Amino acid sequence: MAGSHHISRRDFIKITTAAVGTVIGAAIGLPAIAFLIDPALKAGKADAWMPLGKLVDFEVGKPTLATFTRSKVNGWEKSVNSYGVFVLRTSDTETLVLSNKCTHLGCHVNWNVDKQEYICPCHDAQFGINGDVLGGPPPRPLDRFSGDQVKVEDGTLLIHFLEG
Amino acid sequence: MWNKLFAWLDERLALNDLYKATLDRPEPKGNWWNTLGSASLFLFLLQGATGIFLSVYYTPSPDHAYDSIQYIMNGVAFGWLIRGIHHWGASVMVLVVFIHMLRVFVTASYKYPRELTWMIGVGLLLCTLGMGFTGYLLPWNQKAYWATTVGTAIAGSVPWIGSFILKALRGGPDLSALTLSRFFAAHIWVLPAVLAGLIGVHLFLIIKHGESEFPGKDE
Ligand code: HEM
Ligand code: FES
Repeated sequence: MAGSHHISRRDFIKITTAAVGTVIGAAIGLPAIAFLIDPALKAGKADAWMPLGKLVDFEVGKPTLATFTRSKVNGWEKSVNSYGVFVLRTSDTETLVLSNKCTHLGCHVNWNVDKQEYICPCHDAQFGINGDVLGGPPPRPLDRFSGDQVKVEDGTLLIHFLEG
Repeated sequence: MWNKLFAWLDERLALNDLYKATLDRPEPKGNWWNTLGSASLFLFLLQGATGIFLSVYYTPSPDHAYDSIQYIMNGVAFGWLIRGIHHWGASVMVLVVFIHMLRVFVTASYKYPRELTWMIGVGLLLCTLGMGFTGYLLPWNQKAYWATTVGTAIAGSVPWIGSFILKALRGGPDLSALTLSRFFAAHIWVLPAVLAGLIGVHLFLIIKHGESEFPGKDE
């Protein structure tokens, strides 16, 4: 033993055990981390042009709710979610499309005809007819579909929808 | 600093004594056959870890069990690896536990004072087989379904109480959602808990009695 070896039998065993243990741990542990966080790394975004209806059917000056559904595959299961937007024709040529999703925590806002405001049922936020915050906790106005996110084809109003 | 911290913990937890009892206990002349118990323990822990990971995606319902496993295999990063380890580890564990038992038998290590260690070992073997039996059903594919139909029917052939055992195992006269969920509960809760408890006593007894000498020629 003495002379040729600088490492004791015990230490050799300890080091080998630690090394093999680390290799096995990493070989299982690292893939396991990828396995666990996998859903968070999936893109999952699919955009589409959603038809909201004939433009002429929306009354000028009155916010009208248009709803549509989108289906989505989550793992081994397919779920169908419904979404809504408020369409307001401000004039014969101009249209404003607002998401009905409250910018506070995501509840669905309703148009209140008497008050001429959008009211969120969750924490009582109020938005004006153009989507600006009039009161309550929301940090920003209702999301708008504008510019190249909106188009009219054959008289049908479409929005470019990114969620779902 | 670390030495002080260690000394503080050691004084209260007896870490050094634990280390000596578990990893630094005297062994009779080293023999590879004596490593099989530790190999069984490692496989038990490996099956536990990979099983916990699988349960993140697996769904124990007849509607989703099969699809959730397809998803693990094709849709989740390294799902094939985690499931593969759990799948092959199950067979390897049965094999290793069995050979461990054979070595204990061949070296006659079950004799005084180790009879209880052996009896608890019998429980460990049965639980290990039970893990294999209940786990086999979980993918809810044709092979799983019919293997369990046959396996539970065999248990049902016991005289007098056979039909009771069959219904208790299946959760009714036929294989159904109830069978799947009770097998799942047994597979992830009941049997692992019993195994862990029995392993604890098994290891305690091994530490208490020390390892048996290999039988040799009398001098
Ligand atoms: C999950 C299954 C099991 C685990 C984790 C396990 C673990 C262990 C460990 C770590 C040892 C130390 C010595 C060695 O490795 O040989 C041991 C010894 C022993 N095992 Fe097991 N064992 C299992 C199953 C069994 C079975 C099925 C039997 C017999 C029916 C059994 C009977 C014994 C006996 C009698 C000893 C003492 C051997 C001696 O002192 O030489 N064990 N076991
Ligand atoms: S979610 Fe609308 S006010 Fe809180």
